[in-house]
This record gives sequence, C-alpha cells and structure tokens, in this order.
Amino acid sequence: MTRIVALAAGLGEPSTTRMLADRIAAAAAAAVGQPASVEVVNLREFAHEITDAALAGFAAPRLHHVYDLVGEAALIVVVPTFKASYPGLFKSFIDAMEEDALIGKVVLLAATGGTARHSLVIDFALRPLFAHLQSVVVPTGVFASPHDWGSAGESALQSRIERAARELASLLAGDGSGRGPDDEIDLFSDTMLSISRPD
Amino acid sequence: MSTMQFGIFTVGDVTTDPTTGRTPTEHERIKATVEIARKAEEVGLDVFATGEHHNPPFIPSSPTTTLAYIGAQTERIILSTSTTLITTNDPVKIAEDYATLQHLVDGRMDLMLGRGNTAPVYPWFGKDITKAVELTIENYQLLRKLWSEPVVDWEGKFRTPLQGYTSTPAPLDGVAPFVWHGSIRTPEVAELAAYYGDGYFANNIFWPKEHYIRLINFYRQRYAHYGHGTPEQAIVGLGGQFFMRRNSQDAVNEFRPYFDNAPVYGHGPSLEDFTAQTPLTVGSPQQVLERTLEFADYFGDYQRQLFLVDHAGLPLKTVLEQLDLLGEILPTMRAEFDARRPAGVPDAPTHAARVAAKAAAENEEVPA
Repeated sequence: MTRIVALAAGLGEPSTTRMLADRIAAAAAAAVGQPASVEVVNLREFAHEITDAALAGFAAPRLHHVYDLVGEAALIVVVPTFKASYPGLFKSFIDAMEEDALIGKVVLLAATGGTARHSLVIDFALRPLFAHLQSVVVPTGVFASPHDWGSAGESALQSRIERAARELASLLAGDGSGRGPDDEIDLFSDTMLSISRPD
Repeated sequence: MSTMQFGIFTVGDVTTDPTTGRTPTEHERIKATVEIARKAEEVGLDVFATGEHHNPPFIPSSPTTTLAYIGAQTERIILSTSTTLITTNDPVKIAEDYATLQHLVDGRMDLMLGRGNTAPVYPWFGKDITKAVELTIENYQLLRKLWSEPVVDWEGKFRTPLQGYTSTPAPLDGVAPFVWHGSIRTPEVAELAAYYGDGYFANNIFWPKEHYIRLINFYRQRYAHYGHGTPEQAIVGLGGQFFMRRNSQDAVNEFRPYFDNAPVYGHGPSLEDFTAQTPLTVGSPQQVLERTLEFADYFGDYQRQLFLVDHAGLPLKTVLEQLDLLGEILPTMRAEFDARRPAGVPDAPTHAARVAAKAAAENEEVPA
C-alpha cells in the first residue's frame, strides 16, 4: 500500500495551509489509483517537541513517531509564506531530522501566501532546501493565494492540485532517484578496512 | 573490587550557579575537582575520570597533571579520562604522559580515547577536523606501537615519521594502560575498539538509550568477529547522571533550576520529559539504584559505570553530598549487578589482572 504523509506547517487554527494539505492529500490518494494510506500532520501540534529537539538533539516520542511516518511515506509539504520564506518552525522540524532521512524521497511542494506575489516562495525557498536534502521533487508546485479559493477553469487551483498529484503518482510508480537513506554500517569503506590492516 | 567498576566522570565545566549567580574561578574549579576525586575514593567508588578540553568554560586542559596530583592524594581509586583527544594530541606525547602517570600511580590508571567535537580545537592544534576519523585510527595505531615495541620505525599520513624512536618510560610491568574508546555516533570507533579487544564506552547521558544500544551491539558483534570472545564478553562502559535526595520531591525541587539552565539541554525539554526520555534520574537513592540496574537490561552486563555529578553549576558542597548518597547505595548496587551477572562475563580491567593475564599467557608459551 502506498503511504502518503502531508506535512501542514501553518501556525494558525483553522489554517488555509491545512486546508490545502487536505486537498492535495486527497488528490494524491486518488491519483495513485490503488489503496493508499493518507495522513495529514499539523506541525503546530508538535511545536514544543520541535523546539526541544532543536535544543536537546533528540526527538521526544510523539515527534519521533512523525519522523518515522515521514521516513516510510511519500511526502506532501505545505507551508505558509512568512517573511519571504517558510516558517522557522518548519525549518526547525527539518533541522532536527536525521541527516539523510529524505534522500531519494518523492516530495510534492506547496505553499499558501497572502497575495499571488509570494508564489515564487516554492521555487526560491522550498526547492533549494529539498535540493540539499536530495529528495525527488515533483515538477509542479502548488501555490494558493486567497484568490485561488474562488478561481475556476483550467488554471484553477484544483486543476493544479490534480496535475501535481498525477506527477507525484507517476514518480511513485517508478524508481525515483534509485537512492534512499542508508542505515547500514559500511564494513568495507577504506577507513573501516584501514582499522584491521595497520601499517 | 573489580567485578564491575563504579565511578564518576567530570566534564570540568566552569558554570554559574543559577540559584546564586555565582561563578567559581578556574582556581576554585580545579581545586574542587581534586576534592571531588578524593571524596569519590572515600565513599568507595572505583574510578575517577576527567575530560580534556582546550577552550573556556572548561578547566581540564592538562589531564595527566591533575590525575597525577590526585593519584598522590589517593590510594585505591583508578584514574582515567573521559576523553583523551586522540585526534589533536600527538600520540607520541600521549604515550609518554600516560606511561609516566602509570608508573607514578603504580598502574592505578587507564584512559579513554575520543575524537573531540569542538571544531576550532582542530585548527588550533594544527589538525583538520574533516580527517578526525582517519586521525583517530592512525594515531591510535601508532600509540599501540609505541607502548608495545621497544624501538619504533613508523611512517603515516599525519605526523613526522619516526626512525629508531623509543618511547620512555616503557609501560609499567610491560603492560600498556588499558584503553577505552568513547563514541556515540561513529561506527569506525566501535570497530577500532573491537579489532584490538579494547573497551568501548557510551556516554549515555544526553540522548535516549536507543542511540547508544545500536553502536554497543555493533561493538559487541565485531569484538566476537575478531576472536576476542563472545559478544557478551566485550568490555563495555556506560555513563549516567542523577541528582538525588532522600525525598524524591526534594531532589526535583532542588535540581530543577540547575536543569533548566544547564549547558547542553537547558531551556529545552522539561525536567519531567528529559528524565522520562533519557537516563537522567532525579529522585531518591532507591530510584537511582533501580534505574541504574536497568542499564544492564538494555546494554547487556557491563564492566564500568561512570556518573556525571559535578556539572551545571552545582556547588561543591552539593556535589560532595551527592557522592555521600551514592556511597550509601553503592554496596547494594554492586551486589545487585553481581547477582544478575551471568558466568563468563569478564571482570572490569585492572592493571594487576592484566599483568597476571600476561604472565599466564607467557607461561603457556613456554614448552613444558
């Protein structure tokens, strides 16, 4: 079964970001075309744990569970636009993750913003971050400004959501980048071998 | 005394007491370290270990000086380190310094090697932090050579070659100090410990136990792989930390301001969350006893337990009281660990036992 986790990084309650996350998650589940489990995680509920993890260097059990979920699923990331970027809480969530947790993972990027003028936040803030994390990012990013919730026709929000969802499903059906996080200890690295071969 | 060894390890931080706003001077902190070590012996502990740091707010930049001074004022306690920087120290100087210490204290010492993770210390000592693992391996291989071969010819990547070099003094009784390797992230360090049959130490302080279990299990398996014994016979040491008072609520109330402002985890998780999620115990002596005994369930029966007691700005008087309380539960702790210990789990290493083992091995080699 395909597992999909949507991370909603909106801090308000109720949240447009959460609303967008729900819609993309539903579209992705439909696009996958086979039984899929979909879970939406509201980062706001983990704000304390995220700060604790940033300071203590390990995740409390509730947050650890979220990292485990993310590690086993395709990812939908939905952030609000704060001061030309994603919220600090979202970055702290990513910072407290294991270094290679998102390598090769298929990720759909989405954002909300107060006006359409913020729409490049996906390409200028989120994409570089996920390039660093070595994820496989879906080509279509989904940006929603207030106008989009009343739009219609071919360029309407829902059609962009569905396009991105189809791209996600298509990437999931393939081998992605062919890479993933590697937890195994490499006994045959040069450094490892140098230990048992002194001189 | 040496089925299992119990002791304390110090980071040597100079930290402001958050309840009084007072910061001890370096002089006071250095003298307090000596007093804490003497107290550790007085209450019946087996080991005192000091860290090594080369930046404020830490005082232990010269561990063998401090350990030798403590050695002159104690009779029984084993002096060790937590850790000695194998990356930035010249292995030739480590060989000399610790062999000298070994002679001065009649074998009552060992050492724990670690990489050190303070980035600027590497360039200050002319080293490249990106080569830390390679430095660890090469320097340790040279250190062993210096302690086991009378005349050393050696060439490596990181230091001037040696031709016809003799490290003096040679180790006491021809037996090099026992070496522990401390690490919590790096499989290469566990592999190094396993390959040579040395001890492996996990600090077991800051993180949930799962972080440490993985590498300890790896070390145990590789120890067996290299033919030193079964995985259960590998030599494991663990850290731990506690704050205790006879009444557990008193311990919580008194320790909370120190916890909340502590370096490393202060201003983060609550005391309650941190004690639930990491090995820190704040409570009664009975609670500390029970929690410590659980370590063997998670990590297997082990050889050395070191506690961190003098940190976060706790005043000397309080630290000494902690040691008194530890001394009170120590006999029960020893007895309980011994009672659960399966046959075949080796005793903690001592110089006398290693000298005896060497003599036994040499006798076997002599044809009858």
